[in-house]
Amino acid sequence: MAKTIEEINEKIKLGKAVIATAEEIVGIAKEKGTACTAQEVDVVTTGTFGPMCSSGAYFNLGHTKPRIKLGGGKATLNDVQAYTGYAAADLLIGANALPDDDLCNRVYPGEFNYGGGHVIEELVAGRDVHLVASAYGTDCYPRKKLDTLINIKELNEAVLFNPRNAYQNYNVAVNASDKTIHTYMGILKPRLANANYCSAGQLSPLLNDPYFKTIGVGTRIFLGGGVGYVAWNGTQHNPTALRGDNGVPKRGAGTLAVIGDLKQMSPRWLRGISMLGYGVTLAVGIGVPIPILDEEILGYTLVGDADILAPVVDYSSTYPQREADVLAEVSYAELKSGSFVLNGKSVSVASLSSYSRAIEIATTLKQWMQQGKFLLTQPVQPLPGVDAGIAPKALNERG
Amino acid sequence: MKISHKLVLHFPPRIVEQPVINNLIRNYDLSFNILKASIIPNQEGYVVLELSGEQDKYDAGIEYVTSAGVQIESLSRSVLRNEGRCTHCGACVSVCPSRAFSVDPQTRKVCFDDNCCVACGLCIKACPPRAMEFHF
Repeated sequence: MAKTIEEINEKIKLGKAVIATAEEIVGIAKEKGTACTAQEVDVVTTGTFGPMCSSGAYFNLGHTKPRIKLGGGKATLNDVQAYTGYAAADLLIGANALPDDDLCNRVYPGEFNYGGGHVIEELVAGRDVHLVASAYGTDCYPRKKLDTLINIKELNEAVLFNPRNAYQNYNVAVNASDKTIHTYMGILKPRLANANYCSAGQLSPLLNDPYFKTIGVGTRIFLGGGVGYVAWNGTQHNPTALRGDNGVPKRGAGTLAVIGDLKQMSPRWLRGISMLGYGVTLAVGIGVPIPILDEEILGYTLVGDADILAPVVDYSSTYPQREADVLAEVSYAELKSGSFVLNGKSVSVASLSSYSRAIEIATTLKQWMQQGKFLLTQPVQPLPGVDAGIAPKALNERG
Repeated sequence: MKISHKLVLHFPPRIVEQPVINNLIRNYDLSFNILKASIIPNQEGYVVLELSGEQDKYDAGIEYVTSAGVQIESLSRSVLRNEGRCTHCGACVSVCPSRAFSVDPQTRKVCFDDNCCVACGLCIKACPPRAMEFHF
């Protein structure tokens, strides 16, 4: 018999909900059968922790005396460019932002030791951050210069708002050229000498709900160590990506836009990182609870690493040139074994996504519910599904 | 008994022009394999090497090098992982040429075996959260 989210929440409040991680549920269902497990288990928790470039945060600083209008002016946080296109005291910083004097790739490969992701990490860690701003001055906002330390505790609002996180599946990157390349997928040695992947596989949120049956706008989640929400589908959300017979996408597919109060998050789960020769970004921890409303939803959470295939893509030619060639498909079980065979050659594999941290997130989310601290929400709108017929378009230059 | 250790030798400016390693090898019958070195006249320098030989000769050799003014540190104390920054992603694993990093199949945590480390430094810049540190 089907359950409702309200019924599950009542059990969570009473400390009686049965919760398993997306790893644990596989063994439970094997032992008890799917019908019985769908009855007994209320929630399956997922997790992922990896670089998620489309991340950022916005703040309200409070008004200075006399007032300054940052909107339309210029601002840096620890020398990193912040965006001032909003109102007088609002500021946004993106994870990929860099200081003006960063050498970038002028000395190749650039080190990218500090940027927006690191500023967000430092703010979350409670450290003071140096704000320097200039404005053009108006009758109502006369001030033109500002140079001060700010601290997250003193900000009116500090909100993490990431336009695209938690990719449902992702590329496995290789390099078929004759020289080492430095990419957002890490250092790739020539002649297919190594491969990097970036997904938690069987623990990853959207791989456990491939058709977005439960995850939607308004879903309450673990975000950066605190509580957040799914705000919208992520950018480049692609529900029509190629799927296997089990319904699981075999390419990068669905994505989530997520939002949450930065003040309750932790630097353990928001980590500024540097990709040699590429740039800076933010590693984000996300965990999504999947309510086991019926046997079909349970079925999707039983997916294992052997059932999920990822595309192997050459980042020396086809990726930069936006060509579609997929060299091979490889399962996460093979990827996690440390090597796979490509063109008759064994390729050593590493991950950019931390699976041990993904386990920790899924386990933490489970504990929050066992302690009655975290309740499920009913999405207010589903994410665009297969029927929506949308697929990301490329930019066709014109004019 | 034959022993072998990976060491970091720090040369103060006043002795970088003395043939310390030459004396070490000749007079104490030791063999060495230089893994990494930076020695510039009139400046501090360091040599990372693997030093092998009979225990008594090794000990005497180390005593000579130390008395010559060279500071010696074990390599395992010079290449360190900042555990607070490491997220156990695994980006270092396939970059390391000496297989010093491996993923524990059970916990999926990244293990760092400093005995395998040759101090090449590739992991330092390849590590996204910059958890690997040289203390030379």
